Amino acid sequence: MADIETIELVKDIDVDKYKYGFTTDIESEYAPKGLDEDTVRFISAKKNEPHWMLEARLEAYRRWLQMEEPTWAKVDYPKIDFQDLYYYAAPKGSAAPKSLDEVDPKLLETYAKLGIPLKEQEILAGVRKQGEKSELDEEGSEYASGRVAVDAVFDSVSVVTTFKAELAKAGVIFCSISEALREHPELVKKYLFSVVPQGDNYYAALNAAVFSDGSFVYVPPGVRCPMELSTYFRMNAKNTGQFERTLIIADKGSYVSYLEGCTAPTREESQLHAAVVELIAMDDAEIKYSTVQNWYPGDAEGKGGIYNFVTKRGDCRGARSKISWTQVETGSAITWKYPSCILRGEESRGEFYSIAISNGRQQVDSGTKMIHLGKNSSSRIISKGIAAGRSDNTYRGLVSAHRKALNARNFTQCDSLLIGDKCGAHTVPYIEAKTSTAQFEHEATTSKISDDQMFYCMSRGLSQEEAVALIVNGFVRDVLQQLPMEFMAETQKLIGISLEGSVG
Amino acid sequence: MNLLDINNLHVKLEDEDRDIIRGLSLTVKPGEVHAIMGPNGSGKSTLSYVLAGRAGYEVTEGSVTFKGEDLLEMSPDERAAKGVFLAFQYPIEIPGVATMQFLKVALNAQRKARGEKELSTPDFMRLVKDRAAKLNVSQDMLKRPVNVGFSGGEKKRAEILQMAVLEPSLCILDETDSGLDIDALRVVADGVNALRSPDRAMIVITHYQRLLDYIVPDFVHVLSKGRIVKSGDKHLALELEEKGYAEFTESAA
Repeated sequence: MADIETIELVKDIDVDKYKYGFTTDIESEYAPKGLDEDTVRFISAKKNEPHWMLEARLEAYRRWLQMEEPTWAKVDYPKIDFQDLYYYAAPKGSAAPKSLDEVDPKLLETYAKLGIPLKEQEILAGVRKQGEKSELDEEGSEYASGRVAVDAVFDSVSVVTTFKAELAKAGVIFCSISEALREHPELVKKYLFSVVPQGDNYYAALNAAVFSDGSFVYVPPGVRCPMELSTYFRMNAKNTGQFERTLIIADKGSYVSYLEGCTAPTREESQLHAAVVELIAMDDAEIKYSTVQNWYPGDAEGKGGIYNFVTKRGDCRGARSKISWTQVETGSAITWKYPSCILRGEESRGEFYSIAISNGRQQVDSGTKMIHLGKNSSSRIISKGIAAGRSDNTYRGLVSAHRKALNARNFTQCDSLLIGDKCGAHTVPYIEAKTSTAQFEHEATTSKISDDQMFYCMSRGLSQEEAVALIVNGFVRDVLQQLPMEFMAETQKLIGISLEGSVG
Repeated sequence: MNLLDINNLHVKLEDEDRDIIRGLSLTVKPGEVHAIMGPNGSGKSTLSYVLAGRAGYEVTEGSVTFKGEDLLEMSPDERAAKGVFLAFQYPIEIPGVATMQFLKVALNAQRKARGEKELSTPDFMRLVKDRAAKLNVSQDMLKRPVNVGFSGGEKKRAEILQMAVLEPSLCILDETDSGLDIDALRVVADGVNALRSPDRAMIVITHYQRLLDYIVPDFVHVLSKGRIVKSGDKHLALELEEKGYAEFTESAA
């Protein structure tokens, strides 16, 4: 069972050790340090983008100059010097490899080390059919090895995308956004910025100006994407910001499940990550978007770590469309992230399932917005925040109903769990209903792992860390169940690891 | 060899000065069942917590030896792996963790600590099913989160089930009869009796004689103001029931 895995892992690893903190020694090409219009032009030229894209970037840059950094979140960090960063870093020779064989072995090695064996994965897939168990999958289910197509993004570029040909057979486009701009400019032009416009907010504007890569997915009408899609983001280069942009379009009656994972090396300096994700679901389409965010969180004293400022928004544009966000946030020094749904279509549905764990000196300000515009639209929010160490963990959410959103419904459940007495959990829900037919429910609890629970578990033979991992895994169970099977066991382990050193 | 040796034990709460247990001595051999009876505040629960290793208590004097080792030096999980089990008076809820899962994690944690191989899932399922049936514990109850929404009787049966699965060598039952009606009491007592064996000892802590009609002890000790003031066989319990605690507690003062 997975919990035993958790426990074993917790035992094997020393406190305070971030497993993914290694650096890949690889020669990179950088844009000149700092940010001005030339930086924007440099990035656009590197990508051989159409002219309209450059214009859109420059417009975003000019708007960004007029904007101010938001300060309403409950996070505290030194001012970011935007001129002291690199905005583009790419491993040399990474330009558009045609197949895995052309990818620098060092990069493949990096991903293998992270548990994403890109090459083996494709080879294995030929032998093992979807859903079949491998011999390694003892007791099955949790590890059922369905195939997963991966877009691997290293610093500012996508190094490779697996299973492209097979996906193309089903009509699914899955590639890096740079490639999409070249190969499918009409699709990108139609949908990019249509959910998160250039001037949406400070970080979204910055992203629009300098985004370097990310994933693009288009699922044609009536197609159920034949496998899980995923992007694995790796920040490697020093003093470099990562600004990826992901765009997913599920056309009428289609379905896609997408997962992103993120890690970064252990560094003393903080690094900036400002991503944007736009999702569009047409009539009867469904998008399931899962995130396991495990950026380097900084050390126990709060030195280093990723500043994660992310704008994620889904547009349920069509009738009966559905968008579901599931996030497991364990990394980053600062998290500022509110995956949201615009419920435009009649009877559309939005979901937000979140596990946010903070330990050490981490600060998390995360939540969601459910904007009900369509009749009979419904939404559901389940948020589980776990604060340990000296961290702060805030849920911030908005549920609103437009006056035309007749019979809009929302259910929100916000639970916080505190470990120790030096951390903080905060819940900031906003509810705005402009129609009297809306039904909004909000439930919230705050609890502590009690000494009684710890003693009870330990008196049955569990060590302190095992007890914490078990209690926390129980606390987040409702949300864990929303994750794709393949990632559930992985996530349970991650939860145990993230909370190491949180007691005693 | 003695399984448990408690010698002149003195215990106080960490943040108070007054001793709760004041010079308690007790020897338990394998196979024996000892009942400890006493009025409220006599130190019964404190004794069970100190033996299981709960934080917040300070041993100011005396020693506890279990299987020849210093029990007080061990953490609660080490004690569990060594064979100490406390059936709680008020079992604790663990939301989101299925009872079955809890049993498996606990059993395998103990086995690992003892250097034994973990039990495979089929073997484990067989073991639990067998033990659960004897205690009237339904499959449905095994799927529910640990103690969450359990009735008083269900909680106590779940405690005894844990005991039956973990197979400790020293079972401490802390007021297991409290809150049970007569039928539930009988089921629990049957479960406990089934676990009696020549190499397992039990300390049954109770306020009332009633439980001892079902779990017949080899020895009965009367605890008063943190000290054993009288010991005897099972007839002592009946005597207590008749005369009340007052006679004994006065003599202790």
